[in-house]
Amino acid sequence: MKAHLTRRYRFSASHRLHSDEFSPEENLTIYGKCNNPHGHGHNYVLEVTVSGPVDERTGMVCNLVDLDGFVDSAVLSRYNLENLNMLQEFTRNVPTTENLCVGIFEILQRGFRQAHLERVRLEETMMNSFEYAGGAEPRP
Amino acid sequence: MVYLTRKAEFSASHYYHNPEFTPEENRRVFGKCNNPNGHGHNYTLEVTVKGAVDPRSGFVVDLKELKEIMHREVLDAMDHRFLNKEVPEFASRIPTTENLAIAIWQRLAPKLQKAQIHRVRVYETPDLFADFYGEA
Repeated sequence: MKAHLTRRYRFSASHRLHSDEFSPEENLTIYGKCNNPHGHGHNYVLEVTVSGPVDERTGMVCNLVDLDGFVDSAVLSRYNLENLNMLQEFTRNVPTTENLCVGIFEILQRGFRQAHLERVRLEETMMNSFEYAGGAEPRP
Repeated sequence: MVYLTRKAEFSASHYYHNPEFTPEENRRVFGKCNNPNGHGHNYTLEVTVKGAVDPRSGFVVDLKELKEIMHREVLDAMDHRFLNKEVPEFASRIPTTENLAIAIWQRLAPKLQKAQIHRVRVYETPDLFADFYGEA
């Protein structure tokens, strides 16, 4: 029988929302306080949902040790206590939580093979969260 | 169609062990969860039902009735129990969070007449939960 399994993780990072395609005034209008040149930080909560048949021998969709190990090495150690704007992937993309959520989904989809990746949900604060389940339309 | 979710909490102990595995395999696959004396969790159960809103009552389902069914079928059997030894489903199935969600669905689905069961979610800890939607 097919079940879904969700695990929550935490990491902290700083970012600044700014795009070179906009003028300084436009950046300030669009991003507001998030455009502060010195950046600011969040305690992010990451929810990873995987699915698959429950293995009759183990009772599991996938071994949590494998999921935790992959998320820790491929995601948490990459972003935790970093300035997101300094990372290669955000030299051209603005490190909004939307973009971060999609980036994390893509890392998991490429590298985690023990179960089907259903969804990534990322909480930037307790008040806002973002979800990505793949299947984005290409940007025009 | 409206979805309605009712929560409940129960506390229970369990351990993971497959008698077909060698002791070494059991320790490798299940790690600390293989301790035969068991360990415990405060589980949170979320049962989501769906249905049309009854125009006379304004309800999808009578919440009192749903609460009673959850207590009778799940909490009375699992709260403050050692799942492996005291809940019949887990004599032959390993009481993982996934299997708990499936077992709870199987207990509730035949008892819910008026509203259709949509999802059973079981939190083992605030950071780990399993969902079952009745999929084969």
